[in-house]
Amino acid sequence: MMFAAAALALLVAVALALVRAVLGPTVFDRVLAGNTIGTLAMMLMAVLGFLTGRPEFLDLAIVYGLLNVIGTIAVLKYFRQGSLGAASDDAPNAGLRE
Amino acid sequence: MILDALSWLCLTAGGFFSVVGALGLVRLPEFFTRMHGASVTDTLGAGLILLGLVLQAGFTLVAVKLLFLGIFIFFASPAATHALIKAALARGEKPLLAREDASSKR
Repeated sequence: MMFAAAALALLVAVALALVRAVLGPTVFDRVLAGNTIGTLAMMLMAVLGFLTGRPEFLDLAIVYGLLNVIGTIAVLKYFRQGSLGAASDDAPNAGLRE
Repeated sequence: MILDALSWLCLTAGGFFSVVGALGLVRLPEFFTRMHGASVTDTLGAGLILLGLVLQAGFTLVAVKLLFLGIFIFFASPAATHALIKAALARGEKPLLAREDASSKR
């Protein structure tokens, strides 16, 4: 019962974050909403594992979290520089490249 | 019995803070304040839900996995937030207060 309540709350939170991801005026709002949905999905997986009596879901939650943060940072690097291969602004010799 | 009650408390409080953070994500006026709402979900919401689950798991491998999940969120969420803010500032997003200052000086 308590797991069902927590899962319900997490689903409501995912729905609200989804509203922001659809409405978000800037692309960073959408990325932020996606990151939040990822965190909520990790929690939802953990809670669902307990709800159905299969705590093996925690392994999936850990892998999903790792992929989530890598995906967020990759998308951000793309939106900041326009390509995934560009050197970052604060690299030691960033200004030296043509 | 006491553990069940504590677990109830942590899980409902975690769900509450998750919803509040997501509500802030929808209701707050602009990007940098929305990030404040999202951080509530990432810290207090996730932390309390994980604590409630750990109380249900007891001293098992499941609790260790939950602990790893918590440590991972503890380190990864600020890193992602930092990258997000740096990217937004680099692309010319201005915080709301900076915009108001600039307009009131004129």
